[in-house]
Amino acid sequence: MIHFVLLISRQGKVRLTKWYSPYTQKERSKVIRELSGVILTRGPKLCNFVEWRGYKVVYKRYASLYFCMCIDQEDNELEILEIIHHYVEILDRYFGSVCELDLIFNFHKAYYILDEILIAGELQESSKKTVARLIAAQDSLVETAKEQASSISNIIAQATK
Amino acid sequence: MAGTSIMETLFQRDLDDLIKGIRQQQIKESLFISKAIEEIRREIKSTDLPTKSAALRKLSYLSSLHGADMSFAAFHAVEVMSSPQFFYKKIGYHAVTQSFNDDTPVILLITNQLRKDLNSSNQFEVSLALECLSRIGNVDLARDLTPEVFTLLSSSKVFIKKKAIAVVLRVFEKYPDAVRVCFKRLVENLESSEPVILSAVVGVFCELCLKDPRSYLPLAPEFYKILVDSKNNWLLIKVLKIFAKLATLEPRLAKRVVEPICEFMRRTEAKSLLFECIRTVLSSLSEYESAVKLAVVKVREFLVDDDPNLKYLGLQALSIIAPKHLWAVLENKDFVIKSLSDGDYNIKLESLRLLMSMVSESNVAEISRVLINYALKSDPEFCNQILGSILSTCCRNLYEVIVDFDWYASLLGEMVRIPHCQKGEEIEHQIIDIAMRVKDVRPALVHVCRNLLIDPALLGNPFLHRILSAAAWVSGEYVEFSRNPFELMEALLQPRTNLLLPSIRAVYVQSVFKVLIFCVHSYLLHKENISSVNTDNLASEVPESVFARMSCENSDLATSEAPASSEQHDSFNPRNINQSFGDLSIENGGDATVSNSQASTSASLGRNSFTQESIVNLFNIVELALGPLSRSHDVEIQERARNVLGFTDLIKQEILNPVVQGEENLARAETEASRVVKLMCDAFSEELGPVSTSAQDRVPVPDGLLLKENLADLETICGDIQLPLSSSFSLSSTPLGEAVDISRTNLQSKDETEPSHESTSLLAEHRKRHGLYYLASEKSEVASNDYPPANDPMSQDKLNDDAEDLLKLTEQSLAPKKKPNQAKPRPVVLKLDGDEISVAAKKPELKDDLLSGVVQDVLLGNDGVPSSSRSNRSENLSGKSKGKEKLNTDLSLETKENVPGEKMPDHVNTSSRRSKHRSHGKERRQKGQGKDGEEKEDNGQKKKRKSNHHRGKHKAHQRADEPSNVVAQTPVIPDFLL
Repeated sequence: MIHFVLLISRQGKVRLTKWYSPYTQKERSKVIRELSGVILTRGPKLCNFVEWRGYKVVYKRYASLYFCMCIDQEDNELEILEIIHHYVEILDRYFGSVCELDLIFNFHKAYYILDEILIAGELQESSKKTVARLIAAQDSLVETAKEQASSISNIIAQATK
Repeated sequence: MAGTSIMETLFQRDLDDLIKGIRQQQIKESLFISKAIEEIRREIKSTDLPTKSAALRKLSYLSSLHGADMSFAAFHAVEVMSSPQFFYKKIGYHAVTQSFNDDTPVILLITNQLRKDLNSSNQFEVSLALECLSRIGNVDLARDLTPEVFTLLSSSKVFIKKKAIAVVLRVFEKYPDAVRVCFKRLVENLESSEPVILSAVVGVFCELCLKDPRSYLPLAPEFYKILVDSKNNWLLIKVLKIFAKLATLEPRLAKRVVEPICEFMRRTEAKSLLFECIRTVLSSLSEYESAVKLAVVKVREFLVDDDPNLKYLGLQALSIIAPKHLWAVLENKDFVIKSLSDGDYNIKLESLRLLMSMVSESNVAEISRVLINYALKSDPEFCNQILGSILSTCCRNLYEVIVDFDWYASLLGEMVRIPHCQKGEEIEHQIIDIAMRVKDVRPALVHVCRNLLIDPALLGNPFLHRILSAAAWVSGEYVEFSRNPFELMEALLQPRTNLLLPSIRAVYVQSVFKVLIFCVHSYLLHKENISSVNTDNLASEVPESVFARMSCENSDLATSEAPASSEQHDSFNPRNINQSFGDLSIENGGDATVSNSQASTSASLGRNSFTQESIVNLFNIVELALGPLSRSHDVEIQERARNVLGFTDLIKQEILNPVVQGEENLARAETEASRVVKLMCDAFSEELGPVSTSAQDRVPVPDGLLLKENLADLETICGDIQLPLSSSFSLSSTPLGEAVDISRTNLQSKDETEPSHESTSLLAEHRKRHGLYYLASEKSEVASNDYPPANDPMSQDKLNDDAEDLLKLTEQSLAPKKKPNQAKPRPVVLKLDGDEISVAAKKPELKDDLLSGVVQDVLLGNDGVPSSSRSNRSENLSGKSKGKEKLNTDLSLETKENVPGEKMPDHVNTSSRRSKHRSHGKERRQKGQGKDGEEKEDNGQKKKRKSNHHRGKHKAHQRADEPSNVVAQTPVIPDFLL
């Protein structure tokens, strides 16, 4: 299974973290520090796998972002690379040629998309179309809720409560 | 109130503002964040949901990307999560999923909210709850929400169903009894026509199989069907993983799947699937020659590919197959060696591991040569990685791959000279280890060590100091093999040794002592031969005079000299008593022969070198170099330096002034001096050897020795005991008999191990005083040492047949276990009982844990034949579940009421957990929420009971279809497998 997903920029800034195994906040910071130290220093033409504390970390760089996933020893590294690519493609489709800034300002969207692709550390949806459809549906749901909440009448209703 | 909330809403910074703010604060980011968190702390307390949720959202952003602590907001997150509006609910769920863990106290509050959302008609709300459960589900949540998850498993919406299936894994893990409820439905989904569902189910089974494959063997037909039918690569990879586990358990299954897998290998374009096929074949189907050959061909393709990923995986695949089919590795040997110089550290490491797996008796020299050359060229980190793996491979199973130990000694020497070498500790260990274990290597090893010692450059590298310490010890201990002891002495005393740590320096000094004694002894023997004075007769005289003389000398010396002389007492007295005992009288004769034989070897080495002049020179060097050390601040050095100086003072005059004194005088003085030297030499030439760590246990406690006796009253006796140890022994030891022999050999050999250990001087002091009572503690001391004397286990033998073994002990030239070299080319490596010879790492016994027990129950329980591997407990369970089935088929309400009762063992747990709930409830109440908590609890319990009913009903449904299922399944397995 996938234990966690990290998105780290080339400068070492964290853009997204998602933990499927229990890690305390302290451990999380330590993991991020360790791995960004290992991965960011690796040259461009090396293999995309790093052995780390008995696990394997599969990473791939897209533009200025490193997508990293930590998996068990038995897992298939190439499959994970494909999953990373799958995720990137969906992000790309959703944002329309995604860039780092999209993820910075819409970090929760990136989360929600990831939540539709992975669950409990397993791949749950291999169809890009389906994911796009699900995200769109949830977006509209959110929008209506938001509109309701921020409508003038609602604010007035709250204020006069 | 209302006004402030509007103000807050209007002027609150939302997430975008926060992100922009952080991005603008280039320098004081942390300051900005802590300010923002202050703000959030204030905002999150707001009663206004938009404000609260916006604050929570900012906080979860900071927490996930900047590591901010958000535990303080746990309760607020629960509040936001329970909002009816999806937008806020999502924020709340996100925060909860991200920040809760088993220790979060408020996790107990979300059970009902989760249940509500799991039953929601909005599929996205259900999905949020499922995701949350998959991440933070603990035992309580898993137990309480099992019925809901079970219902969702048959949801008509694919979107929900796939998530529910994925969550089942977490639920099973936390609450194994959920298997009874959900498993059938999970298995049914294996025949789903929806690829998404199928992939989710297979994903779950893949994870379950990794933990305990045996339980899922009956499902093989379903998996096989997927393997043959599916076109989805990701799904196939998971199925292959399952078969990799199952095939090792069931050979007939392996036979069945090998062909489809080979077909995949030939046809597939996807590298990920191809690699999984390769891995499956190499790890689980290695008996199928043709499949392995095909896989190795594919591995070869990976290896020559330009993609470093494939290269790496190819090497990894080879290392999987290496233990079973070494030819596959040897075939690609050239490539593996080439990969050692790859730019990628991972690939280098992998190829290093592979190379090490190829090592055998015949090629160890060749491979080590190649590796040492690489080590010379590569960066420090990898260099040490190489050295480390050479060292660990060579010492595996007591150096089983090494035939030519002389070569290995020189290899060790060579490693030391590699500039980046930092493996000091390991090399130190091995130098001493082989010196003690392998008799035949000693001459070569001494030569290697001499080369290390005389090189002043090595002293400058602190990483090598420990090796030098080992080298110094070996050269001192086995000085008789040295070609030129004078040169050795100079090396040990060279000025740059002041760079060494005090503890290592102490070893040096001790070695100086040994070398000095050896030289003087050889010189005297040499001289004796010339003047043909036979000292052997004199040596066997009662040496009272010597002691008297020594104590006179000692009184002149510094007080710190006292322990040394007492050590000499210790080490020599027992031997003399042995004589008086009579049963050990052979020993003395043996000693004489030993020293003679040693002398003859050394004489042949350097007969001409031991001249008067050279000895004088030696004394001068020693005095010059050690003089300053006798005032060293380190007690170890000071002590040992003084010992040596004391000895030189004692001997020097008598040996070197023969001309002045008369003939008779000369003869007497020389014999006395030579006697002392001889005794010292005997002490040092006593054989040391490795001792197993369990040796201590095998020393029986003699009858009549009360180890736990209170020794407090001995203080008064011991306080004024000045008698030499010997007398106390001879007085008291007669009844103890052989046990005393043990203690004696311990005492003796303890002295000799001194150079390789620290601070024995205090011990010696103590032993001198309390020697009588020293047996027990001395032994434990021996057991805890890494290189304690070999005599210990031998003394065990002694108990069996003393005379013979004593002879062996003393006749050092005839090694007790040594076989002639011609008969067997490989020198004997001393082995001990305690040495663990690792047989190929044992696979940990697959423990029948709770989960697998239950799974087997559900899968096999209907057969009525409990599988043999099942533990008692799971058998119990299966019995119970069968009982339950019967009750359920009755479908009467009453029996269903009994169901919870039937599950006593589980309920013991749950009730204890529930009491925990309650205590939490109490806390809440104290905080002023009144009876609410209690009521809720009650509700919870009621619901719980209901859910049990629920479960029972479902089960009943299941059972209804079951007979057909069972009939269909159980006969199918054997048919399929055959």
